[in-house]
Amino acid sequence: MDFGTDILIALGKVVLIVVMVLNLIPLLIWMERKGAAYIQDRRGPNRCHILGIRLGGIIHSLADAVKLVTKGSTSTSATFHPLFVIAPMISLFVACVTVAVIPFTEPLVIGDFTFQFQIADLSAGLLYVIALSSLSVYAILLAGWSSGGKFSLLGALRGSSQMISYELAMGLAIVAIFLVSGSFRLNDIVAEQGAIPWHWNAVRLPLSFILLFTAMFAETNRLPFDLPEGESELSAGYHTEYSAMRFGAFFMAEYAHLVVGSLIVTLLFFGGWHIPFLSSATLHAHASDVLRILWIIGGIKALLLGAFLVRHFVRRKGYWGDLRDYEFLVFGVPLLLVGLALAVGFFVVGPVVLPEWASRLLVFLLQLGVMLAKTLFFVWVFIWVRWTLPRFRYDQLMRLGWKVMIPLGLVNIFIAGMMTMYLER
Amino acid sequence: MNLNGISLLFLFALAVIVGLVMVVGTSFLGKWRGNKARFIPYECGLDPVGSPRSRMPLKFFLVAVIFIIFDIEVVFLYPWAVVFRDFVADGKGVLMLVEMAVFLGILALGFGYLWVRGALEWEE
Amino acid sequence: MLETILFYLFAATSVTTALLVISRVNPLMSALWLVVCLASSAGLFALLSAPFLAIIQILVYAGAVMVLFLFVIMLIDISKEALKPRVVRFAKVVAVSITGYFTVIVCIVLWRPSFLPAPLADAAYGDVKVLGKMLLTDYAVPFELASLLLLAAMIGAVVMGKKKL
Repeated sequence: MDFGTDILIALGKVVLIVVMVLNLIPLLIWMERKGAAYIQDRRGPNRCHILGIRLGGIIHSLADAVKLVTKGSTSTSATFHPLFVIAPMISLFVACVTVAVIPFTEPLVIGDFTFQFQIADLSAGLLYVIALSSLSVYAILLAGWSSGGKFSLLGALRGSSQMISYELAMGLAIVAIFLVSGSFRLNDIVAEQGAIPWHWNAVRLPLSFILLFTAMFAETNRLPFDLPEGESELSAGYHTEYSAMRFGAFFMAEYAHLVVGSLIVTLLFFGGWHIPFLSSATLHAHASDVLRILWIIGGIKALLLGAFLVRHFVRRKGYWGDLRDYEFLVFGVPLLLVGLALAVGFFVVGPVVLPEWASRLLVFLLQLGVMLAKTLFFVWVFIWVRWTLPRFRYDQLMRLGWKVMIPLGLVNIFIAGMMTMYLER
Repeated sequence: MNLNGISLLFLFALAVIVGLVMVVGTSFLGKWRGNKARFIPYECGLDPVGSPRSRMPLKFFLVAVIFIIFDIEVVFLYPWAVVFRDFVADGKGVLMLVEMAVFLGILALGFGYLWVRGALEWEE
Repeated sequence: MLETILFYLFAATSVTTALLVISRVNPLMSALWLVVCLASSAGLFALLSAPFLAIIQILVYAGAVMVLFLFVIMLIDISKEALKPRVVRFAKVVAVSITGYFTVIVCIVLWRPSFLPAPLADAAYGDVKVLGKMLLTDYAVPFELASLLLLAAMIGAVVMGKKKL
C-alpha cells in the first residue's frame, strides 16, 4: 500500500471520529433530558415533532441546534473581543483533539491490510490526553475574564481553581494504572487487562477508579461539582455573557468532554473493547456462531419492540387527536417486518460458514459496538449522578479535593506498587 | 515523518476549523437586533456596580502555586511508574519502592506543613 | 521534507510569539503569547523524537505555570495606568547590549562552516522507559533532591500566600 492511500485513510479516520463524537452530542443532550425526567419525575422532551414524528424527544435537540445557530451573538460594553471569541474555540479545540489517542477497537487485520480505528497511536498515549485537557482551563479563564461581567470572572476563577485541584487527583490516580500496566499507550493498557472481568483495573485498582471518576466529574464541570456555573450563586458562571453558537461551543465541548471521559474510563478500568470472558481469539474461532447468536437476538429484539409499539398504538388510539398518534405505527410496523425478515432469513443464512475476512470484520464491529455500549453506560452514570446529587459548597469541594483525594491518591500509589510486585512474582 | 504526526496535524486543523466555523459563523447566521440594554453586563437586571474586573482574593493564587508544585511531583512519578514493572522483573522492586517512598516522604512533609498551616483550608 | 517544513513553522512561531510576548503592553496578552510560544517549542521537542518531553512541556508549562501567571494577572485589576507604555530606564544600555548579543550570535553562526551533523539517535532515544531507568539509577540522588526543592517551594508558597502564619 502506498503512502498516498495511507494519508487518505488517516484523513478519513480523523473526519469519521470527530464527526462521530460531535454527533453523539445531540443524543447525549436527549439522554440528559430524558434522564432528568425519569429521575426527578418531571416532564421530559415530548413536544417537538416533525409531521407527528417525535422520536421520543430527539427532535428537541434538532430544535436546539436550529435555535442556537439563528440567534444573535451578544457581547457587553466591557468585553475584550479577541479573547471573547477565542475562548469557546479553545474549549471546542481541546474537546476535539483529546480523542486522538483513543483506540476504539483492536486493529482490523485482513490479509496484509491493517486498519486501526484510532487517529494516532502515540507512545505517550494517556499523558497526551491529560496534557491537552489541562489546556481547557484557558477556555474558562479567558471566557470569564474577557466577557467583562463580575459573575463571569468569579465563575472563571472558581472553575479554574477547581479544575486544577482535581487535575492533581486525576494525575495521581493514573499513576497506579501506569504501575500495573507498565505503559502509557492505551492499546497496551487495554491489552494488559484482557477479557476476564476480574483482571480489569476496576477490580484490581478500585480506589484508583473512584478517584479518577470523581475527578472527571470536576474536570467536566458537572454536578455535583458544577460550581463554575452554579446557577444559584453565579447565574451562569463563566459563560453568563455568551449567547448563540459561542455559547453552543461551550455546551458542545462539555458533552464532548463527557464522551472522551467515558471512553477513557472504559479503556482504563473496564477492559475497553473486550467482551467479558470472550477474548478476541475465541471470537475469531467461533465467528459463525457469534453471527447466529447476534442474528437471533436482533430478530427477537426487533419483534418485541415492534409488537410493543403497535400495542401502544392500539391502546392509546386518539390520545393526541393528530398525526402524533401514528408515530408508534410508523416505527412499530417496519420493526415488526424487520424482525420477521430476520426470522425467515435465519433459515437461509443459518448454516453459512463465514470466510476469514468476514469473521474478522464481524469481530471488529462487535468490539466497536461493545466499546461504544460501555462508553454510553458511563455517560449515563454521569447523567444519573447529575440528577441525583445536590451541589457541593465551594469550601467542601476544595476540602474534598485537597484533603481527601490527594492523600488517598498518594496511598493508592503504594498499594498499586505493592500489588504490582505481588503480581509480577 | 510518521503517519501519527500527519493524522494529528489533520485533527488539529479540523478542530480549529470546527471552532472557527461555529464562532465566526454565528455572526453571519444570527439575527442581531441592537438595543442599548444588551451591552450592559448581566447583574440580575440591576445596573452594574463598580469595575467588572475588580480585585479577587489571594486564595486562588495560593491554590495555583500549590497546584504547580504537586503537578511537577506527579510528573516525576510518571517515568518511575512506567519502568517500575521492569525493575520488579529485575528483582529491584523493593529498592525502587523505597526510593519513591523517600521522594514522596519528603513531599508528604511539605503536604503536612501545608495542612497544619491551613493552606488547604478554603475559609480563613 | 514535511519535518523540515514543520520545523521552520514551529521555529518561526516560537520566535514571533516570543517577540510578541515582550512587545505587548497588556500583560494578559503577553502571557497568552507565551503559552503559544511554549506550545510551539513543545512541537519542536516532538519533532526531535522526544514525545515525553513535549507532553511534559505542555502539561507543566502551558497547563500549570502559565495558569498561575494568568491567575495573578486576573486577580489584580489591570487598570488603565498599568496599560500605558512603560518607560524603560537605561534604554540605550539595554538596546546596545541586546544588539551586541545578537551580533555575536549571528557572527558565530556565520563563521562556522557548517553545523556538526547530529549523532544518530538510537531507537530507544527519547523513550520514557530509558529516561525513567536513568533517572532512578544513575541520577537517583538528584531525583531525591528535587523533592527537597519542591518542599522549599511549598513552604515559600505558604509564607507568601497566607496572611497569618
